[in-house]
Amino acid sequence: MTISILCLLLPLVALYFCDRLPDRAQNFVMPSLVTVSMVALWDLGVVLSGSTVFPTPLQTWDGFIELLDSNRLWGDIIASLFRVSWGFFLATAVGIPLGLVVGWRVRAFTALNPIIQGLRPISPIAWIPIAILWFGIGDGAGIYLIFLASFFPVTVGTMAAVRNISLVHQRSAENFGLEGMELFRRVVLPAALPQIITSLRIALGVAWLVIVAAEMVGMDSGLGYLINDARNAGSRYDLVVATMGVIGVLGIGLDLLIRQLEKFDEVRWGYVKR
Amino acid sequence: MSQSNPMQKPKVVFEGVSKRFQKGKESLHVLNDINLTVHDGEFVCLLGPSGCGKSTLLNIAGGFESPDSGRVMIDGEEVDGPNSRRVFVFQEYGIFPWASVWDNVALGLRDLDQAERSEVVQRTIDMVGLTGFEKSFPMELSGGMKQRVEVARALAVSPDVIYMDEPFGALDSLTRLTMRSEIIRIWEQEKKTILFVTHDVDESIQLADRVVVLSARPGEISEIVEVDMDHPRDLGSPEYGKIKNRLYQLLGVSHTI
Ligand SMILES: Nc1ncnc2c1ncn2[C@@H]1O[C@H](COP(=O)(O)OP(=O)(O)OP(=O)(O)O)[C@@H](O)[C@H]1O
Ligand SMILES: [Mg+2]
Repeated sequence: MTISILCLLLPLVALYFCDRLPDRAQNFVMPSLVTVSMVALWDLGVVLSGSTVFPTPLQTWDGFIELLDSNRLWGDIIASLFRVSWGFFLATAVGIPLGLVVGWRVRAFTALNPIIQGLRPISPIAWIPIAILWFGIGDGAGIYLIFLASFFPVTVGTMAAVRNISLVHQRSAENFGLEGMELFRRVVLPAALPQIITSLRIALGVAWLVIVAAEMVGMDSGLGYLINDARNAGSRYDLVVATMGVIGVLGIGLDLLIRQLEKFDEVRWGYVKR
Repeated sequence: MSQSNPMQKPKVVFEGVSKRFQKGKESLHVLNDINLTVHDGEFVCLLGPSGCGKSTLLNIAGGFESPDSGRVMIDGEEVDGPNSRRVFVFQEYGIFPWASVWDNVALGLRDLDQAERSEVVQRTIDMVGLTGFEKSFPMELSGGMKQRVEVARALAVSPDVIYMDEPFGALDSLTRLTMRSEIIRIWEQEKKTILFVTHDVDESIQLADRVVVLSARPGEISEIVEVDMDHPRDLGSPEYGKIKNRLYQLLGVSHTI
C-alpha cells in the first residue's frame, strides 16, 4: 500500500524533471508513469474500500498466470481470433468490391445506398438471436456476427472513399483516356485505398468489440465466454479482469497489425498532412 | 517570336462561346460571346480578374464542360469531350499522389511498347529537370517539382495543345520565375500551342505572344494585346512597361499606388 502511495506521487516528480529529458525519453517516460500511477490508484481503491471480490492489480496478475497455466486461455484466444479473422475476411471480400461499385456507379448507389444505410444502424448485438437461430451456438454464429459488424464500416467507408475522389484526378484520368478496368485499377482503387484502409481499421476495432459481447451471450468458447464463465464460477473477478486485460492487449495488437497497411508508398499520401 | 501571323493556321477557335451556371432559380452568367482564334504554335495567355470565367473557358476548350451556346473547334473539329491530343495542366495538382514520378509521366503512354515508353518517359523527365527523382512519390517533392511532373505528364503524350490553368499559382515568386523560363524553353523547343490562364499581369507579359484580357463576370474579351518582344524578354525595357500599363488599365486598376 505504501508503495502505491509513493507511485501516485511519481507523476508529480516526473512533471518536475520532465523538461530536462530529451523528447524521445519524454514520449516513453510520461505515458509509463501515468500508467503506473493509474495502477497504483486502482490498488489503493481496492484496499481502501475493503472489497474482497474486486481484485487488486497483483491478484489480477496471479489470475493471469493461473489462466496461462490452465491452458484454457489459449483455446479461448484462438476461438475469438478465429471468428474475428473469418468474419472480417469475408466482410472485406464482399464489402470492398461492393463499396467500389456502389461508390462509382451512380445507378448502383441510388439503388443500394438506402438499404445499406437502413441496415447499418442495427447493432450486430441485436442480430445475436437470429445468428443463433440460423447457425446454432458456435463458430458459424460468431463469424456471421463479425461479418455483420465489419461489413458496414468497410462497405460504407469504401463507398465514401470512391465518391470523394477529387475532380481534378477524375479529369486527369479522362484527359488521358483511361476507361473501364484500367480507370479502376489506375485511379479509382488507388485513390480510394487510404480511406479504405482506414475503414478496415475501424471495422476490425468494431469486430473485436462485438466478438466479446457475442461470446458472452451466445457462445460456449472465446474470451467473452471466459469472462462470463469466470464470474459464474464463484465470482472469480481476478480472472474477469485478467481476461479484460488480454482482450485489450490483443485489440492493440490487431490494430498495430492492420496499421502496417498504411506504410506502403502507394497509400502514404493519404495520411500525411499537406 | 512569331505572332498572330496571317500565314499561320488556326488551331483552337472559340466561336461565340457563352456559359451560365444554374443555381436553383438564379443563374450566373459566366462567359458571354467569346470569339477567339489561337494559332498553331502560339502561346496565348488568358488574363482576367478572379471569378471572371477563365477556368470555365479552359474547361470548355478541354471538353470537360460544354458551352450553352457557341462551340470550340480544334483543327476544324468541334470539341465534344476530353482527349489526350489536348492536355490539361490543372490549377490544383492533378498528378496522382499514389503513383511515382515515373508512373505519373507514363500515364498517357499506355499504348506504347515497353522500350519506347521508357525512352519517352526518361526523355521527358530529363527535359523538365527531374532526373534522379523517377522513383519519388509526389508527396516527397516540392510544389515546383510537382508542377514539373504535371508538365512532364502533359508533354509526354506530345499533345497538339496544352491548357494550363494557373499552373504556377501555388508557387513562391522565385520558383514561379524559374518555371516561366522553363516553360518558354520547352515551348520554343516543342512548338506546342499553349493556352495559359493567369491573373498575374507580369506572368502574361513574360510568357505570351498575345494576352487576351477578359472583363469581370460575365467574362467578355475586352481586348487582345500583342507582346511583340523576343525571348528572353527584358523585364526592364520601356516596351515591357508600356504593355504592363496598358494591361493594368484594361483590368481597371491603376498601376501607380
Ligand atoms: N461547376 C460550377 N457550378 C456553379 N458555378 C460555377 C461552377 N464553376 C465555376 N462557377 C462559377 O463561375 C464563375 C467563374 O469561375 P471560374 O472558375 O471560371 O473563374 P476563374 O476566372 O478561373 O477564377 P480564378 O482566377 O479565381 O481561378 C465563378 O463565379 C464560379 O463561382
Ligand atoms: Mg480558375
